[in-house]
Amino acid sequence: MHELSLLENVREILEDHALSQKFSKVTKVTLEIGKLSSIEPEALRFGFDVVMKGSLAEGAELIISELNGLGHCQQCGQNTLMEVLYDPCGHCGRPLTVVQGMEMKIKDLVVI
Amino acid sequence: MCGICGCGSPEQKQSHKFVFKREHHHHHDELDTGRLIQLEQDLLSKNNTYATQNRDYFKQHNIFVLNLVSSPGAGKTTLLVETIKALNGQFPIAVIEGDQQTEHDADRIRATGTPALQINTGRACHLEALGIGQALIELDVKDNSLLAIENVGNLVCPSSFDLGEAHKVVVLSVTEGDDKPLKYPDMFHAADVMLINKTDLLPYVDFDVERCIGYAKQVNPAIQIICLSSTKGDNFTAWTDWLAEQMQALS
Repeated sequence: MHELSLLENVREILEDHALSQKFSKVTKVTLEIGKLSSIEPEALRFGFDVVMKGSLAEGAELIISELNGLGHCQQCGQNTLMEVLYDPCGHCGRPLTVVQGMEMKIKDLVVI
Repeated sequence: MCGICGCGSPEQKQSHKFVFKREHHHHHDELDTGRLIQLEQDLLSKNNTYATQNRDYFKQHNIFVLNLVSSPGAGKTTLLVETIKALNGQFPIAVIEGDQQTEHDADRIRATGTPALQINTGRACHLEALGIGQALIELDVKDNSLLAIENVGNLVCPSSFDLGEAHKVVVLSVTEGDDKPLKYPDMFHAADVMLINKTDLLPYVDFDVERCIGYAKQVNPAIQIICLSSTKGDNFTAWTDWLAEQMQALS
């Protein structure tokens, strides 16, 4: 359940920005989560309300935007969609370098 | 005045309705009840900042740091105890132990005469960089030494949390499944070195070493692999030689 730790990080980041960008409430949080990252979106949704309770983001809406995994083949230069980290190149079968899908980001916020 | 397009300002009499396409309208409508802030900030940014501070500290003090990860019971503590004995004071060593509860593992390390600090993570399933930074204040880690951080036994969560280490070393014992690299690919992708431990038990278990190595390389083609037995000493020098080489490269 490291999603709970990650959500605690989200809360701390929001609290930091509340000071520097002068807002007192967050009404919406959009996260960008790559499908190859070790994060389970359902676990984030499950924990979000609990972790944000009592903070400036209590009751905020959570949007999770999922990014597909994408790998680049160094050998043949083609890109392939990846479901798991060890998917091979769809064109020549060689190992891929991940170019997208490891993201775990706070994309944006709506604040008051 | 609209904070996005400036419509309604004295300079722009025109309503934004006629200037921007539909997507903007939607965007703007949202903002009637709040202000949009683009962050694009990594969820792990706080941990990564602390990890960078740790890494800088290790570099300044010439400390070689390993983050040992595995499932519970793969033999990390025994590996460390035997490593300390085998190296026999060639260079200073310190150990940080991570477990949810108890001082047992740190006690085992201290029994060898090596300084060790136990971090009890409580409900957390992994160590974080801030905790390592705090441990460095309490634990006397000498310059030019090896610092081994034994993470909480867990093949999932510790893969995401950089502690400032030089390498993640994943320990897999032959009493586990040989397909663990495929079942827990994040960890084997994040590690640079894999130790296949307890090889003395191979005659008694259904573990295919070659298959396991194949799976690990499928997840991480660059991973270095050493097969050994901590308790019986089989091929243990391959590991201690690797450590000694890394320590030499430091100086």
